[in-house]
Amino acid sequence: MQGMSFIVKTVTRLLIGVIFLFGIYITFYGHLTPGGGFAGGIMLACGFILLTLAFGKETSLGKLSDFWASMLDNLGAFTFWLVALLGYTGGYFFINFIEKKNPFGLLSSGTILINNIAIGVKVFASVFAVFLALTIFGRFVSGLAESEEED
Amino acid sequence: MENWLPLFVAVPLGMAFINLLLSKFIKRISPFLVLAAVVFQLWLALRFLGHAAFYYSMGNWTPPLGITLVWDPLSQLLALIVSVISLAVTLFAIPYMQQYTAQSKFYSLYLLMIAGMNGVVLTGDMFNLFVFLEIASIASYALVAFGVEAEELEASFKYLVLGGVSSTIILLAIALLYAATGTLNMADMAAALRHGISHGLLFFIFALFLMGFGLKSAMVPFHAWLPDAHPSAPAPISAMLSGLIIKALGIYALIRVFFIILGIVPIVKTIMMTLGGLSMVIGVFLAVGQWDFKRLLAYHSISQMGYVMVGIGLATPLGILGGLFHLLNHAVFKSLLFLCSGAFEYTTGTRQLKQLGGLIRKMPWTGGSCSIAALSISGVPPFNGFWSKLIIIVALFQAKFYFLGAVTVFVSFMTLISFIKVQKYSLFGNLPERLQGIKEAPVFMVAGVVILAVMCVGLGVLYPFYGPAILESARNLILEPGQYLQFAMP
Amino acid sequence: MLIYFLNSILFVLGLYCLIAKKHLVKKIIGMVIMEYAINLFIVLLGYKGGGIPPILLPEMSKATFVQQSVDPLPQALVLTSIVIGLGVLALMVAISLRLYEKYKTFDMSEIRRLRG
Repeated sequence: MQGMSFIVKTVTRLLIGVIFLFGIYITFYGHLTPGGGFAGGIMLACGFILLTLAFGKETSLGKLSDFWASMLDNLGAFTFWLVALLGYTGGYFFINFIEKKNPFGLLSSGTILINNIAIGVKVFASVFAVFLALTIFGRFVSGLAESEEED
Repeated sequence: MENWLPLFVAVPLGMAFINLLLSKFIKRISPFLVLAAVVFQLWLALRFLGHAAFYYSMGNWTPPLGITLVWDPLSQLLALIVSVISLAVTLFAIPYMQQYTAQSKFYSLYLLMIAGMNGVVLTGDMFNLFVFLEIASIASYALVAFGVEAEELEASFKYLVLGGVSSTIILLAIALLYAATGTLNMADMAAALRHGISHGLLFFIFALFLMGFGLKSAMVPFHAWLPDAHPSAPAPISAMLSGLIIKALGIYALIRVFFIILGIVPIVKTIMMTLGGLSMVIGVFLAVGQWDFKRLLAYHSISQMGYVMVGIGLATPLGILGGLFHLLNHAVFKSLLFLCSGAFEYTTGTRQLKQLGGLIRKMPWTGGSCSIAALSISGVPPFNGFWSKLIIIVALFQAKFYFLGAVTVFVSFMTLISFIKVQKYSLFGNLPERLQGIKEAPVFMVAGVVILAVMCVGLGVLYPFYGPAILESARNLILEPGQYLQFAMP
Repeated sequence: MLIYFLNSILFVLGLYCLIAKKHLVKKIIGMVIMEYAINLFIVLLGYKGGGIPPILLPEMSKATFVQQSVDPLPQALVLTSIVIGLGVLALMVAISLRLYEKYKTFDMSEIRRLRG
């Protein structure tokens, strides 16, 4: 996969940081504004897919290899599960056991912030891994890739 | 102790992710984690056995604002079935899955399926039921396609599309229920529906749920996915699908929604009995002519689910008891039959009945258990199938459904014929030359099979010890759904 | 009332596409349209004509909030439902790619080795 034209590469280089930062912002402030873990994770994954399409798979695999994609996937789900189990320290399963400080701030929601981050990481890693598995590592494409290299 | 109720769902779910994390570093750790999770689940189910009905609110949000988990006699029956059968199937799966690659992913999907089934059985909230139903269903779609041969993928795609449509229909019905009552908690919804709802909307919701859950439990107009999906899956997954998924996701959810939340009306009882009768007849007629062992068992699943539908659709005390008892028995002997077919396939490499023969001499334990299961499903005393079929037939005759009772007896006779054929061609008879060198199946497989065979005998003979506590209390809850409102709401 | 009617047309369109088309990818698209029609139906259930978004601003009283805002519970249900739809879509696409590898066609009427 060799990437796309020069215009696409330049625009991607300018935009990718903004996309990433916006995705992280939507994830972190999910308890106050619409969005949350799932929407933020999808935005991060779409940013990486744009990177893959514009520059080729070596660039994006260099930033997040397939091993780390599945590791982050499992770590995100494991963190969510751990937070739910740690609710037992507050007396009930899945209770919000961290104290909530000033309303309308970043730390005002207790465990919702940790859950949002965990889900954001998980969705990002798994959507990117699904994209990799279907398009780059799938044997369906390997036939096409070999015929491309023959030209 | 009541705090430990969410662990039914949390432990398999967490073990699925821990399994994926650890198996990248330590190979071969997956079977131990799965066995630990399943044994813990069985211990928890036995610990809660006989406990008075209670509800547990997740995160201390009181209902109807929050989601509750409810432990009542009906959930207790299903939770016990899920725990015991998943233990036997896990023991079987540990040697059997050595033939496949990517075993750690199999075990994670398997644990997700178990967590989803536990969630469906225990939940007290309608949308939570849908979410866990989807978790278990998606895990089962992926597991049917696990060994990626051509036929398995085709069967999985068919199952996926039909299952996806049924889930969409269930979601539509839940949305309509939310619009009609304004709440999602099951007990609150039941109380709001007692006040009255427009008749047209109620019948539409009944029809949608009948379509959705009917497809999950393989009733006759909606059975087309089952004969392809159940044989194509690996043998432990066939046992889980036929033994647990069509019961926990199909019949249990149907009972919970129809009897306890909506309140059964006579026309729905008639429809359930008609569809149950059709399932019995069509399932067994299509099964008699099959020569593929697992496809024959899959058609028999349709037929036996028809028995359960007839028993439950009758809505008399004896009928519902027969239906629930047959649910329990069918879970045990159908899983046992699928595990035996998996053992035969593991040692001989085929599942066509014409190529097997005389296996009971070379594989005494597996063959004997297969014979016990075949006698149970045909309704031969003193095994468990006889008692539950007898109760259903007596209930039908007592309620003056003579034609349906005669049909039930006839279907039982046809089941006996097809299993005599199975036993003659696979267990007794002459051993073909190419099968002279086979040995008994590995120890764990035999252990899983023998546990279920012992239960086949024990459930039939020891009914007075466990029947009133487990089955009759569930039956009493179904007949008087007003009790549910007492213990499921503060 | 018109919008519920249009929504049901969307559902029937998705169902037609799932049943009548032979190409696997068209069936997948039909299924996705059907699921999204149901999600839209759930969101529409909570809509109130002339309502405000369900965000409690500091200067609003609780009574006006309850009276004027749209129902936020269906929106939370739809979020979960969209994620479930994404999972099913990913699985369907993966299986159909592998089906192409084995059967060398996307036409459903030729993928019929299991019968009887």
